[in-house]
Amino acid sequence: MEITGAQALLESLKKEGVDLIFGYPGGTVLPIYDALYAEKGIKHILVRHEQGAAHAADGYARATGKVGVCLATSGPGATNLVTGIANAYMDSIPMVAITGQVGTALLGKDSFQEADITGITQPISKHGYLVKKVEDLPRIIKEAFYIARSGRPGPVVVDIPKDIQLTKFNFSYPDNVDIASYRPTLKGHPNQISLAIKAITAAKKPVIYAGGGVIASGAAKELKELAEHCHIPVTTTLLGKGAFPETSRLSLGMLGMHGTAYANYAITDCDLLIAIGARFDDRVTGHIDHFAPNAKIIHIDVDPAEIGKNVRIDIPIVGDVKNVIKALLEKLSVKDEHKEWLDQIEEWKSKYPLSYKLDSGLIKPQQVIEQLYELTKDRETIIATEVGQHQMWAAMFYKYTKPRTFVSSGGLGTMGFGLPAAIGAQFGRPDAIVCNIAGDGSIQMNIQELTTAVNNKLPIKIIVLDNCFLGMVRQWQEIIHGGRYSSTNLCANPDLCKIAEAYGVAAMRCSSPAEIRSTLEAALAITDRPVLIDFIVAKEENVFPFVQPGQPINQMLID
Amino acid sequence: MKHTISVIVENKPGILSRVAGLFARRGFNIESLAVGVTEDPAISRMTISAEGDEQDLEQILKQLYKLIDTIKVFDLPHEKAIEVELALIKVSASDKTRAEITQIVDVFKAKIVDASESSIIIQIADESSKVASMEEMLRKYGVKELVRTGKIALLKGSAE
Repeated sequence: MEITGAQALLESLKKEGVDLIFGYPGGTVLPIYDALYAEKGIKHILVRHEQGAAHAADGYARATGKVGVCLATSGPGATNLVTGIANAYMDSIPMVAITGQVGTALLGKDSFQEADITGITQPISKHGYLVKKVEDLPRIIKEAFYIARSGRPGPVVVDIPKDIQLTKFNFSYPDNVDIASYRPTLKGHPNQISLAIKAITAAKKPVIYAGGGVIASGAAKELKELAEHCHIPVTTTLLGKGAFPETSRLSLGMLGMHGTAYANYAITDCDLLIAIGARFDDRVTGHIDHFAPNAKIIHIDVDPAEIGKNVRIDIPIVGDVKNVIKALLEKLSVKDEHKEWLDQIEEWKSKYPLSYKLDSGLIKPQQVIEQLYELTKDRETIIATEVGQHQMWAAMFYKYTKPRTFVSSGGLGTMGFGLPAAIGAQFGRPDAIVCNIAGDGSIQMNIQELTTAVNNKLPIKIIVLDNCFLGMVRQWQEIIHGGRYSSTNLCANPDLCKIAEAYGVAAMRCSSPAEIRSTLEAALAITDRPVLIDFIVAKEENVFPFVQPGQPINQMLID
Repeated sequence: MKHTISVIVENKPGILSRVAGLFARRGFNIESLAVGVTEDPAISRMTISAEGDEQDLEQILKQLYKLIDTIKVFDLPHEKAIEVELALIKVSASDKTRAEITQIVDVFKAKIVDASESSIIIQIADESSKVASMEEMLRKYGVKELVRTGKIALLKGSAE
């Protein structure tokens, strides 16, 4: 069958199970958009900025586990994807970013809207292809999806010159993919598994430290079995939220810079640390020499480059997290119920709970999150956040019990991620309540995507914790820079409700603690369009606990 | 400490810049880099000389291996490898000095590959230290230009 490169791209995408892409048209993707015009099998969602397309594809991938796809034109279209690609790379999110490129005859000549996007994205993508021959296109798409979703997932860039999109050729899609130089290790080495079993059996004070890898691997069920079977408490990273039910007595919540005191104490005191699909990020470890100083460390990860990157590992196990936990469970029989250890943890929990001080006149941001949790805990709910204080409160005061329900930019820390990511998540999970918890700074970074949400009648709840500050930076200025609030006061904000209404978004404002619940209830009742709630909250509330950068994680400011 | 790293890669566009970019990002300075096809024309071999401590080295080997087009990466211990580099040295030569220079060339088992009224070009293929000492000895005659390929290396048969 002779078809054009553009048609072949769509056929290839369908073979990979893609039925939804986020994109923005332009000169060098005209042939692809022309093919999309008549395409029934793939829905194209028009965003209003290419960055929104990348984050929406990312949010879709996080909420569903499928590969997210975004599409942009060459030059500025492609460079606008860069933040979104870097974001997906840092958090190991499977994504294929397709870009148009100037025709092959114009390549390398500084042509109009030419940018070397495969070059630009080299350090921030798992792999990249510049398609030089149309005959290579089907194989490249096959490989791109395989690379994006296998091993440690990540974004792959496919750059397609315009003439390639227009060239006709005899299309056939490969059944198999074989990349001799890319063979991820999926099964843990039996010797290492035996060593881990010995260490787990001998431990008196074990802790599991679970990261986003548990969710990527689909191993939440296995993790729960491991923890319950062996009576081991579990702390998660920000990206690990949802990997283990936070309602369980074994849950320690999050660790690290804004971790719970009891998680950080448990890490500091434990004799065995089992790191699963986590990468010992500096926001997690604090001062590296004081991180789990008394523990033997088991590290399970599919990426061998993570082993020993930041800390010394006693028992490394390279493999898919789910496979490895299953292999451990087959042979583990732990008699020890770790009563003393769990009692100690209970004591820390009751002594140092997550807390904040209520105020009768002012809304405390933590209150909003707690009440949102109460109202939505029995329904399928996905929380997507921006980056900053609100993100930490959303992580701390909402209890996540299922994987793929917390969508947040962890590694890159991208403000402006949450709204487009919520859009992607709602497309992926039309049945779920999708909330975008935002700050008044972040929400303005991709606010144009309100149109995308309205046009598609997405009932996203945009919950702005509006403190008229870039709150997290202000907090650091308060604590570390002597209260010199340099460029963090946002008192010149526009009226967010008026902006929302102009876009066709339902808007509400709430500034009284007594009305939080009724306002949230009213917002949850709106199901035919997005709703934005501007919660006017205490201006200078801080996120506690707070481990200052470079400090040991057991040395926190608690309030 | 100085290391010689071999990187066996698929001979595909962009791989050289991916490898070089990794060194730059991880703060490793590349001293020399030689690339060429292997016995299989679809596969290239890069030999990279770089300096760094053991932990940095381990991380860079893993990061190199993580590149999709990388087939194999290894550090070649100096005592177990044959390491050679090629240099061309253009030296000023007059009737007075030509004989002396020719003697030096013989001592180093190098080769004169071009000669003119005022200069000669010497080709030497040897260990880096030999190349350096030959350059040192030729300096007083006036080294006009010098080009080195960068080291290439193979593990000795006895070390495999």
